[in-house]
Amino acid sequence: MDVTVKVKRYDPDAARPQVEWQEYPISIDENATVLDALIMIREEVDGTLSLRCSCRSAICGSCAMRINGHAGLACKTKASDSMDANGTIVVEPAGVMPTVKDLVVNFDLFWKKIEEVEPYLKPEVPEPEAEYIASNESMLHLSGVTACIMCGACVSDCTVLEVDPTFLGPAALAKAYRFTADPRDGDANGVSRDRLAKLGMPSGMWDCTRCNECVQACPKGVAPMDRIMALREQAMEVGFGNTNGARHAEAFTESVGHSGRLDELRLPVQSVGITNIPALLGFMPVGWRALTHGKLPPLVHKNVEDVDTIRRLFRKLNNS
Amino acid sequence: MLEHDVLIIGAGLAGMRAAIAARAGGANAAIISKVHPVRSHSSAAQGGINAALTDRGDEWEDHAYDTIKGSDYLGDQDAIEVMCRSAGQSLIDMEHMGVTFNRDEEGKLGTRAFGGQRRARTFFVGDFTGQALLHVMFEQLIKSGVQRYEEWFVTSLIIEEGQVAGVTALEIRTGKLHAIRAKSVIFCSGGCGRLFEPSTNALIVTGDGMALAYNAGAKLMDMEMVQYHPTTISGSGVLLSEAARGEGAYLRDKNGERFMEKYAPNMMELASRDVVSRSEQTEINAGNGVNGCVLLDCTHLGEKLIMEKLGQIRELGLDLTGKDMIKELVPIRPGMHYIMGGIKTDIDGQTNLPGVYAAGECANVSVHGGNRLGANSLLDTIVFGERSGTHAAAFTRGQSYINVNEGEVVAREEQRLQGMLDRPDNGDRWGKIRLAMGDSMNRNVAVFRNKEGIEETIQELQELKTRYTSVPVHNKGKVFNTDLIFALELGFMLDCAETIAVSALERKESRGAQFRIDYPKRDDENWLKHIVVSQGEVGPELSNLPVTITKWTPEERKY
Ligand SMILES: Cc1cc2nc3c(=O)[nH]c(=O)nc-3n(C[C@H](O)[C@H](O)[C@H](O)COP(=O)(O)OP(=O)(O)OC[C@H]3O[C@@H](n4cnc5c(N)ncnc54)[C@H](O)[C@@H]3O)c2cc1C
Ligand code: SF4
Ligand code: SF4
Ligand code: FES
Repeated sequence: MDVTVKVKRYDPDAARPQVEWQEYPISIDENATVLDALIMIREEVDGTLSLRCSCRSAICGSCAMRINGHAGLACKTKASDSMDANGTIVVEPAGVMPTVKDLVVNFDLFWKKIEEVEPYLKPEVPEPEAEYIASNESMLHLSGVTACIMCGACVSDCTVLEVDPTFLGPAALAKAYRFTADPRDGDANGVSRDRLAKLGMPSGMWDCTRCNECVQACPKGVAPMDRIMALREQAMEVGFGNTNGARHAEAFTESVGHSGRLDELRLPVQSVGITNIPALLGFMPVGWRALTHGKLPPLVHKNVEDVDTIRRLFRKLNNS
Repeated sequence: MLEHDVLIIGAGLAGMRAAIAARAGGANAAIISKVHPVRSHSSAAQGGINAALTDRGDEWEDHAYDTIKGSDYLGDQDAIEVMCRSAGQSLIDMEHMGVTFNRDEEGKLGTRAFGGQRRARTFFVGDFTGQALLHVMFEQLIKSGVQRYEEWFVTSLIIEEGQVAGVTALEIRTGKLHAIRAKSVIFCSGGCGRLFEPSTNALIVTGDGMALAYNAGAKLMDMEMVQYHPTTISGSGVLLSEAARGEGAYLRDKNGERFMEKYAPNMMELASRDVVSRSEQTEINAGNGVNGCVLLDCTHLGEKLIMEKLGQIRELGLDLTGKDMIKELVPIRPGMHYIMGGIKTDIDGQTNLPGVYAAGECANVSVHGGNRLGANSLLDTIVFGERSGTHAAAFTRGQSYINVNEGEVVAREEQRLQGMLDRPDNGDRWGKIRLAMGDSMNRNVAVFRNKEGIEETIQELQELKTRYTSVPVHNKGKVFNTDLIFALELGFMLDCAETIAVSALERKESRGAQFRIDYPKRDDENWLKHIVVSQGEVGPELSNLPVTITKWTPEERKY
């Protein structure tokens, strides 16, 4: 099978480092994944191409990148499903995290956020001598979240993180949920009050705009957005619904739903800042990303024309 | 200069466990890994981890017996006793740390059956047990505050006054070379599967630690014992876990016959791995396969069970073969999977070099002998990772650092790497050499072996080693130069390959994973002993060590 892999390249060692597109026409097996294609390029055509990869089986989390504009694992994406009419596959590094070289991005931000949620079990009552007794269902539910391989695909495509690097983001919030939902974490009833309090602060669970990008990007079915919504429910249940973060989110939703843009009097810029604009953008019709890429600031000052669409979307979301 | 009491090379399960233990033992411990810890190959383990829990009527002695029989009596029984005795506590520790193990109806830890064991004692998290354990271990590593050098590649050991005094390492993201001084070094660098093609192993599993230790004078033991797993996907070699058979899947030939009836009438598909792989290969060679494969049949297990317990491997099957195991048979065949051999250690992880330890797949405490039981390897990493970390911490107490001239050491190593970068392009590629090595090993040092074949491979390896000394590196840059790293890894793999081939040639009998067509019987009289390889003046030197037998005398092995 003939295919052209078009790779976005960047070499910081170059005399004048710049982003360049390079096309590699190669011939691969029908069953080959995008990763197989990249490995073939690296081994047989061009040893200067850098990427991370290891397991080839969607479990080590190394090979997340943008394939035809969307984040995913190269080793889990079939080449034959990814070619356009001309047999071309477009491959770029993951988003949000800065590029180090070619398809390799800097994960520092990703890990910092994971560490921020204190990612280890914190039981407040003494451990039993044998194992904790827990229902299989509760463990299966958690395993749906611990299945996260920390690949960063969700972070790459998160519409809030794209403009607000302080947001905890989908992977870290899903990781946090993995503890708040664990019957072994927190008090004798398995309630992790402290965690929920912290996660309710600005840049936490209330800053997600429910754009669903992370759910689509995740190769392991973790569905981070759903976990964030579950976190909000947990927070409400223990009476943290009335925090700044929550009020914020409500006011924001109201404001955008009403006028199609932020009402800066009702929602002071210093508290939300520019950071939540993507919420609004997130609800715009398909194609918004192309429209807004790199052009955020001007949009803030303009009136958003399609107010009706946004209102409609909000109504739809509220009813669902 | 960077310096640590205990420096752990490798951040898989063994390495992180060792680091946490060394830190708990009061040492200034650090861990260095060429990939981020959670990217380590331990993540790929699917099926589970063994332990005999007494509160459900299991006994560590039974686990030990199954392990010893599985090892074809080549495992050292003192080490096996240690592992099987500690298994229960290690498992409970992991549960307390937060692993989301599947449960039974009473809410206690649930088990599944695994090959070569008379009782279900494999604990699991769906079919991604390794990933679940590895991520929890990483959580504990964060909590412990151990210093981490992530994406740093160890290129060489620093030897001063005849002793290992630290390592040189390349910081991959910047291309800067560092020297790190250490009072004690623990190798937890994993196996060497990539020197076979195909292999179930991840691309980073290249025997670096084994080769580094070997070249510094450490002994490697049982290197001929290479496990071929019965259910791997043809082509890429990716694994479909034994968990499938543990949950009840069948193996069928092209006529739909469950051929294991002929080879292991009692245990059938759940006989030990060497036995099942040999049976499959025999059927395939006799023309009873389909395109060089036999068929894995899960269709009678039902969608619910498959989705709940085998979901990940169903996806793998779909992604890589296009077959849905819920309704279709999946073609599979034996493929290289694990190396029982490794750096020889005692039960505390100590090698024959002072201050140098090893644990996990790169080590050989000798709990697996001639054939590892499924789900005993994760256990091995955790039990002996912990023991070596604890022991190393105690060892370094009161020790002082050996003098190291940092500037000189770094300059010398930089020069060596620059030499590789400066090689002229002669048209050769490291990828080609690796493939030739992998093909040769898979042709001649695989499930069935004989003298002529192994000798052919030894010859081919010599030629490849010569080619290796002039293989060019295309990428001349500093930042994330994976081209240079692969070239270095290839050197490690070639060294390991040679030790495997010479050991396989030496053992003139069939035991465990080693089946010699020219010596088809087990020969306890002459070969109930370990083969040890060490680096001599002109290549590998062979010697022997006795097998430790405590209370289980060797008997005929039938499943
Ligand atoms: C597909 C698959 C499935 C498996 N399933 C099971 C199972 O169900 N049950 C079971 O018990 N076992 C299983 N195994 C075996 C088991 O997973 C491994 O033996 C075990 O995880 C090895 O762990 P480790 O800590 O020794 O090494 P690894 O996890 O391989 O870690 C090695 C570490 O060393 C580092 N390293 C290596 N070289 C260098 C260098 N030069 N510089 C710096 N760092 C370096 C790496 O970065 C890595 O962190 C399976 C194996 C495979 C391949
Ligand atoms: S749903 Fe929330 S977390 Fe997920 S990508 Fe959108 S904004 Fe980010
Ligand atoms: S949630 Fe999914 S996409 Fe995000 S890091 Fe985890 S596995 Fe990757
Ligand atoms: S190579 Fe491991 S996730 Fe793709």
